[in-house]
Amino acid sequence: MANGDIKRISREPIKYEAPAKRTLLGFSRKQLCIPYGVFLACFVVLPLLLIVFYSFTDSTGHISINNFVKFFSSATTLTTVIISILLALATTVICLLLAYPVAYILARSNLNKGGTLLLLFIMPMWINFVLRAMAMKDLLTMIGVFEINPYLSVIIGMVYDYLPFMIMPLYTVLVKMDKSLIEASQDLGASPVRTFFKVTLPLSMPGIASGITMVFMPTMTCYVISDTFGNGLITIIGKLIDEQFTTFQNWNLGSAMALVLLVIMLISMWVTGGFKSEDTRGTNL
Amino acid sequence: MKKFFYVFYVALILLFIYAPIFTLVLYSFVDTPVVSIEQAFKIGFSFDLYKKLFNDAALMKIVWDTLLLAGIVAVLSTLLGTAGAIGIYYSKGKLGKGIATANQIPVINAEIVTAVALVLLFALVIKESRSYVILVVGHLIITTPFVVLSVLPKLKQMDPNMYEAALDLGASPFKALIKVVLPEIFPGILSGFMLAITLSLDDYIISAYTKPAGFDTISTYVYGAMAKANANSSLPALRALSAIIFVVIILVVIGKNIYATRKEKQR
Repeated sequence: MANGDIKRISREPIKYEAPAKRTLLGFSRKQLCIPYGVFLACFVVLPLLLIVFYSFTDSTGHISINNFVKFFSSATTLTTVIISILLALATTVICLLLAYPVAYILARSNLNKGGTLLLLFIMPMWINFVLRAMAMKDLLTMIGVFEINPYLSVIIGMVYDYLPFMIMPLYTVLVKMDKSLIEASQDLGASPVRTFFKVTLPLSMPGIASGITMVFMPTMTCYVISDTFGNGLITIIGKLIDEQFTTFQNWNLGSAMALVLLVIMLISMWVTGGFKSEDTRGTNL
Repeated sequence: MKKFFYVFYVALILLFIYAPIFTLVLYSFVDTPVVSIEQAFKIGFSFDLYKKLFNDAALMKIVWDTLLLAGIVAVLSTLLGTAGAIGIYYSKGKLGKGIATANQIPVINAEIVTAVALVLLFALVIKESRSYVILVVGHLIITTPFVVLSVLPKLKQMDPNMYEAALDLGASPFKALIKVVLPEIFPGILSGFMLAITLSLDDYIISAYTKPAGFDTISTYVYGAMAKANANSSLPALRALSAIIFVVIILVVIGKNIYATRKEKQR
């Protein structure tokens, strides 16, 4: 009898009374994003719209596509763009080839006990990159590599500065990888080489994509390295934009170049399949 | 054999990474404009460059200015980014999504584009593109997204019932946020803060475009000095400064790691 009562009662839906007022002085958690939203709208979105506006107008404010015509018809500009892309490609490929074995050894072998070795590899990320460039330049000068070829020096400088940014995402993806998949592949008779190319490498694609994005874009635009290591002989697209804004004061042409760069960036993002920044830059350290 | 190859390869890459840093630290004890082995033997080792560095008032001012700027930027971007991340996480609608998307723009955008876009905006609105405030705003643009990206994962890991429980027990929404949510996401806030400091210290391009006349950060000063030096070498006193910075960073990172491992062991 009593049991039945309890069953009957418990079958009734529990009425949950939410506290009537969950806001104090109209405060709600959602509103906390308003300051940052306004900040982003004013200082990130609006300036980019200004870039678009300036690139499609001339110095008197009239609408024109002259900036783009100038950009794509100038042999010097196009050469610079091609050189930037080639330098960035070379740097990215070398970084990837150097970093993948490092990340693999750190993630798979017992050399990285306690994470000390990983720390040694990514510590340079915390050191100012201009100072690191200065250090590398001094060393190259001392051992006589600096005089050989400006392109060689620039590539060494770029690889030196961006290598940690390639190691980090590769290590993150390799260390999280399910080891049983590799064991399964070996149990099923695949050779270690076959296991690597059929299992490990395809599974590390997100890390590779993330590393490429972290290295390719900056090397194409960050003219600090090409200026210091190139002896003033190498111009990259970032420097071209810089010159339009500082030396030549042609903001319309400079904006057009920036817009072209934005488009290249969007394409490279689309190719590498979006950007996963949560895993990178050592946020978990 | 495999192990030998592993050790050899790792040592080779570490040599590539640390050879320049060790060279610089070594030559911070040699007062020579040109970094070369003969000069080291001829001149010998001394603390002269360190003396020069600490007696150079202009250079010391640059160091403090850079640190102060990084401090201001880190505090502001941590406040802005933490509030932003909480807001993004709890607003399920288009607003939160829009802000989260806009948050990615400075992360993937080339810094030169961010810099010139900011110059266009301020030149148009206030007819002036260089001031300390604009410099801080510029640094906030590149640091705050990383604070948001550090805090958001911690919010996702948090048990959502805790906030509700605090409200049911009579806490005001504001108090529940301070007493319950903030302690839970604190590790994310801290790593966001650290990241903001390093990004601000590391920045060159934004600083070069927005810094007021006569103001320099370490990056802009070193770059300027390297551009001026026609002998392929840096200003000697800068080597002493870099050596100090390298050592401080190595100590901070190792210290933080030892602290983290100890905490892990206590659990």
